[in-house]
Amino acid sequence: MRIKLEKRPAPSTFMLIATPIASVLLTMLIGVIVFDAIGIEGERAVIDIFLTPILASYKWQDVAVKAAPLIIIALGLSIGNRAQIWNIGAEGQYVLGALFAAGVGIAAGPTGGPFTLILMILAGIVGGAAWAAIPAFLKTRWDVNEILTSLMLTYVSFQVLGYLVGGPWKDPNGRNFPATAPLPESLTLPILFPGTTVHLGVAIALILPFVFWVLMSKSVFGFQIRVVGSAPHAARHGGFDAKQTIWMALLIGGGMAGLAGALEFTGSLKAINLGFPSGYGFTAIIVAFLGRLNPIGCLIAGFVLAVTYVGGQVAQTTVHIPNSTAGIFQAMMLFFILASDILIRYRVRFIAKKPANSTEAHT
Amino acid sequence: MSPEFVIASIVTIIGLTTPILLAGLGELITEKSGVLNLGVEGMMLMGAISGFVITALTFNPWLGVIGAAAGGALSSMLFAVLVLQLNSNQVATGLALSIFGTGLSSLIGVSFTGRIVPQFGSIFPDALAKDPILKLFFGYSPLVYFALAMVPLTAWFLKSTRAGLILRAVGENDHSAHSIGYSVTGVRYAAIAFGGAMAGIGGAYFSMVITPMWAEKMTAGRGWIALALVVFAGWRTGRLLAGAYFFGFLMWLELFAKANGFGNSLPFVQAIPSQFWAAMPYVMTVVALTLISSRGNVGASAPACLGKPFLPST
Repeated sequence: MRIKLEKRPAPSTFMLIATPIASVLLTMLIGVIVFDAIGIEGERAVIDIFLTPILASYKWQDVAVKAAPLIIIALGLSIGNRAQIWNIGAEGQYVLGALFAAGVGIAAGPTGGPFTLILMILAGIVGGAAWAAIPAFLKTRWDVNEILTSLMLTYVSFQVLGYLVGGPWKDPNGRNFPATAPLPESLTLPILFPGTTVHLGVAIALILPFVFWVLMSKSVFGFQIRVVGSAPHAARHGGFDAKQTIWMALLIGGGMAGLAGALEFTGSLKAINLGFPSGYGFTAIIVAFLGRLNPIGCLIAGFVLAVTYVGGQVAQTTVHIPNSTAGIFQAMMLFFILASDILIRYRVRFIAKKPANSTEAHT
Repeated sequence: MSPEFVIASIVTIIGLTTPILLAGLGELITEKSGVLNLGVEGMMLMGAISGFVITALTFNPWLGVIGAAAGGALSSMLFAVLVLQLNSNQVATGLALSIFGTGLSSLIGVSFTGRIVPQFGSIFPDALAKDPILKLFFGYSPLVYFALAMVPLTAWFLKSTRAGLILRAVGENDHSAHSIGYSVTGVRYAAIAFGGAMAGIGGAYFSMVITPMWAEKMTAGRGWIALALVVFAGWRTGRLLAGAYFFGFLMWLELFAKANGFGNSLPFVQAIPSQFWAAMPYVMTVVALTLISSRGNVGASAPACLGKPFLPST
């Protein structure tokens, strides 16, 4: 018997929705098997990573706070990926967003109020977009590969952060620890539910997917992005400017990552230290793919990935596995979703084996 | 500057250079075949833990290095199957491999934390290896000489062998290579496996040479520097060697600017924040890539099929 792939006349909507769900379930199943094989209670580990954060209500706030940056960054990245622009430097744009917000906050001094806070958030968007403008400029001016430049700039951003929090912006009362001074109460995002950590950024992350959905499905811009990505020749005939698309894709991706960084800083962490870049920018790439580059998909996928982050911490204490084990599950989900991509455009057929002298045996 | 200081500095720079040189040579071959594997960091960590575990179990560092190469190559096969068999997106798959390797190596490493493995003995007699001056040439780990030997071998393979020519043909024009009967997929499997094996050995340099102990994420982002190195070198073997030492020198400047114990031996370096030196390899790579992309005449260019899936029309 051999397997044959047949091209579908149109992409399968069923597979588009079924494969992300199957990917998550398969990841859990393989997780149990592999963990059992290496002598860790697999069932317990997988339950703690995928279900405990959902079943235990006291974990919900952690999930929501972790999901917010993932969703916001993934929304921006989805636009780029749809147009086949590969911005993988969201982590750096996220860092620059937080740094720009911090810069405005420091310049305004401790007396700033809501107006300063809004300026900080806007500065975050500008900072992220500015960092993404470098690959956009290089790509449109000299056709420099944006995958490599955006990635390299991420590692530059870590050093910019290290320099600022260890030097000019170091908290004078911080026992020489490289971190900025904690934000005054007046410059932190309001908490939505008293007694929790759920800040205004979570609400923004819940609203933005619907804004993006309208933008992508109802506007000329959304149409342009989709056409440029799926049919570049048609796009050129239709008069869509490729350079403009590159700029828009990268600026939106960077701006959203910068927004996420500013919200994480003002809403959750309140100070920037060397641990600020925690990988959200990279994990958001998984969110974008698992969400099938669809804004509502990103919303759901953002929560799934946030669950694994929180669950990873749970499993760390219950079955004594390192925190980074959650990364194994996150990567497996992405592996499965990428592997299943082919099912959307192709149909798998099992065909009885032909005689050995068939000419097709070579292909 | 005393001679001891110069010798100690050179020894440090060579230690910093070796892992990125190993991983860079592997990634060079992978990219020459037209495949962009961003999983170097993950493969290095898989190599680091595999080498460590095998050495801990067999007490033989030579077997450990073989284990490291196997660990790196095996993890790269995960990437290869997805990218070559299922035409998945190379960028996303490579990133997934980096995340996966980081997580899996941490998990495997838990039960080996705190253990110390036997290290390589010197391959030269002590009269040479321990001599205060001659150790500059004879005092290194066997992996250092292996890395250096692999440079001319890789250059020779790419330039003068039939297999190297086929590899480059597959990377420059996969459809032509396919139409004259070469297996694009087969060549790319081999190139990815080689990249994984070399990254694995580069990772083992951390867990078996720099310290004989295991620590989570011990390659500390060097996989990304190795990726930068291949681009910085413009996909040329000779420039990769020069670039590796240049990056090694920059990393040494970073360490130097960070530490205060050196007095004022290089005031210029210490006046500049260490982060500046740490960022330099990445900044220089962006500049180099821009030069390569903007003019065709710098004697270097990316393989034409880099990062693109191969979809035969038959």
